[in-house]
Amino acid sequence: MCGIAGIIYRDGSQHPIGDEMTRMLQSMKHRGPDSTGYALYGAPENGDLIMRYKLADANTRRDFEFADRLRRHRVEVESRLASLGASIHEVEEETPYAFRVSFEYDGDLKLLADFVEDIPDAEVLSLGRTLEIIKDLGDAETVHDQYGLSSFTGTHAIGHVRMATESEVDIAGAHPYWAYPYSDVAVVHNGQLTNYFMWRRRLERAGRRFMSECDSEIIAVYLAQEMSEGATLEEAMHSSLDELDGVFTYIAVTKDELGVAKDELAAKPLVLYESDDLVAIASEEIAIRAILEREIDTYDPYEREVLVWQR
Amino acid sequence: MAAVGERKITYDARGLAEPFADVPKISEIDGTRARFDALELTTRAINLELRWLLYELGMKEIEIDNPGSKHSLGVGILTRCKITFNGSLGYFGCGLIDGPEIHITGRVGWSACENMMSGVVVVDGNAGSLTGAALRGGDLVVKGRVGARSGVDQKGGTIITLGSAGSMTGFMMQRGRIIIGGDVGPGLGDSMYDGTIYVAGKVKSLGIDCVPGEWTDADTELIERKFRIYGLGSPPEFQKFVCGKVLYNYDSLEPAEKKLVL
Repeated sequence: MCGIAGIIYRDGSQHPIGDEMTRMLQSMKHRGPDSTGYALYGAPENGDLIMRYKLADANTRRDFEFADRLRRHRVEVESRLASLGASIHEVEEETPYAFRVSFEYDGDLKLLADFVEDIPDAEVLSLGRTLEIIKDLGDAETVHDQYGLSSFTGTHAIGHVRMATESEVDIAGAHPYWAYPYSDVAVVHNGQLTNYFMWRRRLERAGRRFMSECDSEIIAVYLAQEMSEGATLEEAMHSSLDELDGVFTYIAVTKDELGVAKDELAAKPLVLYESDDLVAIASEEIAIRAILEREIDTYDPYEREVLVWQR
Repeated sequence: MAAVGERKITYDARGLAEPFADVPKISEIDGTRARFDALELTTRAINLELRWLLYELGMKEIEIDNPGSKHSLGVGILTRCKITFNGSLGYFGCGLIDGPEIHITGRVGWSACENMMSGVVVVDGNAGSLTGAALRGGDLVVKGRVGARSGVDQKGGTIITLGSAGSMTGFMMQRGRIIIGGDVGPGLGDSMYDGTIYVAGKVKSLGIDCVPGEWTDADTELIERKFRIYGLGSPPEFQKFVCGKVLYNYDSLEPAEKKLVL
């Protein structure tokens, strides 16, 4: 079933989006208790790149050498970053297997991501100047506490609660997906894609990498491919309506845009609230009411609609 | 960190939510009228309170403040009464009801009034998809717009929306009427068996076996009467759509009747 949510402050002002997104997602816990994920857009820290990566998944074997392996791989990631000319400013250990690194670097991002992911079990969850993707098993409050999101302020965010139907319950299968290797683009999706393998083979031949067996990953990689060929987010989302087959409502975000697209049957729900200072969208109105404690006017967009807002 | 009115909900081994919840009994009661605030209550507590008021105290008019878009409120009410929700409902609001007159001042989510048997529901705001799914009787009036697949599998009653409607409206409907004051999306009345759909605005496309119907005085009378009853102003001009009856073949006679005829 899955639940998705998004929020964007139109004037670009900073808000406690970590807490707000948690309230939205927690109120939709019944739509997906398996895992929870966030794509948060924070305040740029002196132009640094921020990379969130993990060195193990939920299903990775916790054998005797596990802790030792994590330590070795962590050192390896940092030395590889340094060897590419990145100067690391800060490394935060969020959990024993998930890290946040901020660094200065102006080379090729794909090269950097590929080099990090060449390390066994390593996955770059997000890479960008404002985007940070946080995802793990459990409900929103669990992930919020585990990753200390209450201090996170920013301009816009999307989130996802997952009920796994197409692939395993693990962090690689959790949303949001980063549009590898396109910095600051992320996607959450509610639905199923039926032409997954066709697109996966096509995109793999074009040099894109897939880290999971989850069909939703296609959307992020598809948008990245379109945008790398010069399309805007809105154009890429419009073409996805014809190219992707299945039932879907998805939300895509860039560093200053938030867009939503619905399939031609309007099979998956979406409730939209729009005011002068903020736009909030979610699978259920109860999620929007979790951050706006008053009666609000909302509506459900129709089939084949693509809506994009700027901050 | 808890959302509006959200409490830690316990589940038993069967997965039932709050199996041992108590009736909150917080209503202000005045004769046969009652009113309560749902802000701090869970879905189950609100429904228990509602049932207590209706079935044990025999209340005739109930007002509920701050429903807060919670799901499954006011379901399965099988008695004549008046209920007002001052606010919006979530999914499955007022489903499986038989008899009540319900007024919702906000909006409703998906599957509102699913399988309603009789009564009246008036929604001041918008409605989500699957509004009035499998409706059996009664009137469902939405003053805003409705989502996709309204009146899917409708078997009776009337759905009125003043705004537009989404795709596949009246999908597989079998009886009853849908009156749409605005535009309607693609696949109108797809695979319908019977019943009538009236549209005042533009139709994006007709579904399979849905065809324009012949307007009669009975149609004019129905539209005018419904608009008068619910105070919806003077009705616009409608187009009528019915089933073309070429998609399916079946006898309208029951097997026993068939035997008799033959």
